Amino acid sequence: MSPSPASSPAYQTPNYLNAVKGVGSWLTTLDHKRIGVMYLVLTVLSFFLGGVFALLLRIELVTPGPTIMDAMTYNRMFTLHGVIMIFLFMIPAIPGIFGNFFIPLMIGAQDVAFPRINLLSVYLYLAGAAIAVWGMIQGGTDTGWTFYTPYSTTTVTTVAPVLLGAFILGMGSIVTGLNFIVTVHTMRAPGVTWMRLPLFVWAMYATSVIQVLATPVLGMTLLLVAFERVFGFGIFDPARGGDPILFQHLFWFYSHPAVYIMILPAMGVVSEVVQTFSRKNMFGYKAVAFSSLGIAFVGFFVWGHHLFTSGQSTFASGVFGVLSMFVGLFTAIKVFNWTATMYQGAIQVSAPFVYFMGFLYFLVFGGLTGIALSTVSLDVHWQDTYFVVAHFHFIMVGGTIMAFLAGLHYWWPKMFGRMYSERWALAAAVLVIVGFNATFIPQFLLGNMGMPRRYYSYPEQFWPLNVASTAGASLLGLGFTIVLVYLVVSLVKGRVSGPNPWNSRGYEWNTPSPPEAQNFPETPVHDRGPHEYQDGPAAEVKHAH
Amino acid sequence: MNLVNEFLRKLLFLPLQASEWARQLDYLHYYVFITAMLGAWVTLATAVVFMIRFRRKHAEQSTPIVDPKPIHEAVFIGLPLVLFLSYFAIGYPQYVRLQTPPKGAIDVYVQGKKWMWKFAYPGGPNSTDVLRVPAGRPVRLLLTSRDVIHSFFVPALRMKQDALPGRYTQIWFNADLPGRYPIFCAEYCGLGHSSMLGELVVMPPAEWDEWMERERRSNQPQAQDGQPVEAEQVDLRGSLVDQGRRIAAVQGCFKCHTVDGTQHIGPTWLDLYGRTVKLENGKTLVADEAYLTRSMMEPNAEVVAGYKPVMPTYQGKLAAPDAAAITEFIKSLRTDAPTAEPQKGPIYVPVTGK
Ligand code: HEM
Ligand SMILES: [Cu+2]
Repeated sequence: MSPSPASSPAYQTPNYLNAVKGVGSWLTTLDHKRIGVMYLVLTVLSFFLGGVFALLLRIELVTPGPTIMDAMTYNRMFTLHGVIMIFLFMIPAIPGIFGNFFIPLMIGAQDVAFPRINLLSVYLYLAGAAIAVWGMIQGGTDTGWTFYTPYSTTTVTTVAPVLLGAFILGMGSIVTGLNFIVTVHTMRAPGVTWMRLPLFVWAMYATSVIQVLATPVLGMTLLLVAFERVFGFGIFDPARGGDPILFQHLFWFYSHPAVYIMILPAMGVVSEVVQTFSRKNMFGYKAVAFSSLGIAFVGFFVWGHHLFTSGQSTFASGVFGVLSMFVGLFTAIKVFNWTATMYQGAIQVSAPFVYFMGFLYFLVFGGLTGIALSTVSLDVHWQDTYFVVAHFHFIMVGGTIMAFLAGLHYWWPKMFGRMYSERWALAAAVLVIVGFNATFIPQFLLGNMGMPRRYYSYPEQFWPLNVASTAGASLLGLGFTIVLVYLVVSLVKGRVSGPNPWNSRGYEWNTPSPPEAQNFPETPVHDRGPHEYQDGPAAEVKHAH
Repeated sequence: MNLVNEFLRKLLFLPLQASEWARQLDYLHYYVFITAMLGAWVTLATAVVFMIRFRRKHAEQSTPIVDPKPIHEAVFIGLPLVLFLSYFAIGYPQYVRLQTPPKGAIDVYVQGKKWMWKFAYPGGPNSTDVLRVPAGRPVRLLLTSRDVIHSFFVPALRMKQDALPGRYTQIWFNADLPGRYPIFCAEYCGLGHSSMLGELVVMPPAEWDEWMERERRSNQPQAQDGQPVEAEQVDLRGSLVDQGRRIAAVQGCFKCHTVDGTQHIGPTWLDLYGRTVKLENGKTLVADEAYLTRSMMEPNAEVVAGYKPVMPTYQGKLAAPDAAAITEFIKSLRTDAPTAEPQKGPIYVPVTGK
């Protein structure tokens, strides 16, 4: 199946990209693939915007005192950074891009169950993002992405527009989740049984359940904060008879499950990548599939591990601590199974696989530091220090973004029919992984030393490690920029990839690259699981009539 | 043991251990660190070995189906579970101990407010930002906050506790290593969050008793931190200017205002009196006594251009004579007058040099 432009079906039939033309055709499209591409553009824009703020924050921290901005600007900037990265990138990116694009292709469906609602979710994203970013910039919100009361209900800056933006984004998240759940239940092609469901789909399914169940609580909480601010209700502010800790419980009841909205899709992506590049079926398919559900379930009962020092009862802390261990346990099960999948495989060390290895490394350390935080007593020292900052960046940047990049490189030829430059991809992958370590390992040590987070200035003993972290961040920024450049270049100059450049037996590769506007002329019928490589070329997919 | 402790402590960049609880916590830290590192690197090394050993030989290479046996999954689940639960089995009782103050501990009331710490000993002195405790005796802190949530954090004790508005939380410690240790605010609380610094002074017990006795006798609110001796000598009947300086220190004005001409969170007081002030709303006025007093009572009515409306009101907190004393003190701050003003107390001041 060596790719050659002439034999590539991609350029002989109109594909989804050029079947209809014009901006209008994109803005009103119901095609899940185009919606995925729109999410790609929007979330990557958000990511770079959030990244610019991150670099400005790091530059400010190069010296212990003021460097390039005042304290108020710094506080506003970390709020912007956090809100953009979490609500505009981490949560919507993988579901919006890869979920939309690949769930129907993987299960052999022509589209998602509700294509119009799918389009609506893009507009909800756009509206929510515009309101939130505009609100933060013009109102100068300085609460951090966690909006803790009573700070957020008493600060002199404007908070309501951000809350409204996050509320609308949450709606988008809910309808996406709903759409995927119905799609997976009702639209699987013949032969795609639950036990043959690609692991990415399993992970997206578990994610969708969390999105549908947890996000309404966020909406409710944000509304309560808005009521308190706008109408003066006493809900969270003790000065008005409210309870300051109630907010933290409600907020983390959403936001802890939300961290699994951010990591489960990533786990799904790497499950596909490791199988393709090892040419092996998943070792322990069931363990990997069900541990996703396990994480989704237990993830609802651990929110109190963010409140160990808040004065909640010691009994509650114990329960939340021990349950958090189980989340780590499910993660460990996945890590072991991914590793074992490589055993007796035929491994191609290509850019997506390098990102997979990076993911494994960051997830192991990010997860183990999560376990360390859940021992309860150690968290008393680490809570709200740079150690926690490093922990969640290891998982969210090290884990989710590595997986995002793995998926982006793996599926790039499928989505656009072109190959990127492998040499640049490898160089950038190494740069990103090294830069990431240099940025966040010093932050673990700063946390050990006791440097609190959200610190505009700091005592001199924290200086050297902060400089190291900023140096690492600049490498990281350079790495991401290189990725952006060569991927965009490849759209024009890249070698035509052919339908299946990786010889993958994932179900989604049984289509031309890029796929045609109509996914399947005839409904595919599968008689074996995805990623079985025990004999020669993949058995031809039969077609039902 | 000591050597190992010192080695690992430095390796992990941990600060000095000023209490037995901190030492115990570090031992757990070492145990978690070493076992987690081992587990992580064995797993990752296995992955790397597989990656090298099972490289692809040709594009269409077929591979066997390898499915796990129950024993595999049992090991995959059992090993981490036992390890993680052993962490919890050590960590949780430690946490419970920290939350259970012993009988007979010395009580100290801690109040966080934007952006300072106030300490009060029942029947004894008050202080701002400096907490003095005797070595080797248990101390219980009762924390609350005047405004938003703060978090009282002493890295040397490996200990923090949120200070919540409208309720009390508690925590206790027994510091056994005399010395001076920084106190941070760990819960984000706005503009001055990173300069809400304090200092824990662990004194030999005899010295502390003596200090406490002196304080009790004079029963005066203690003035500026770092210089207890000088502060004590401030004569209440002294000049209004001296009183004003002392009251300003106790009220924490110097968290935001300087007296040496550098601009901080608020405008400097040096040469303020009589100056023409430009306000945020575009108006200008001359800083006279009335303006200075209004600024204390209704700070956000007339905000100086370039500053944020963040100053808390002192309505009801400053008696009229106190406000007058502070006003007199501000009036005395002139570049043409010889003033050598001591800077604020704690040795851990953030570096704010431009
Ligand atoms: C192995 C599983 C994990 C465990 C046991 C775990 C445990 C913890 C604990 C105990 C904390 C509280 C620390 C503190 O605030 O003092 C925490 C904070 C956090 N974790 Fe995890 N975690 C895990 C995985 C994740 C994942 C998968 C993500 C995101 C993708 C994540 C993101 C976060 C974030 C964002 C915070 C801090 C939020 C904030 O305060 O702003 N964690 N984690
Ligand atoms: Cu959590």
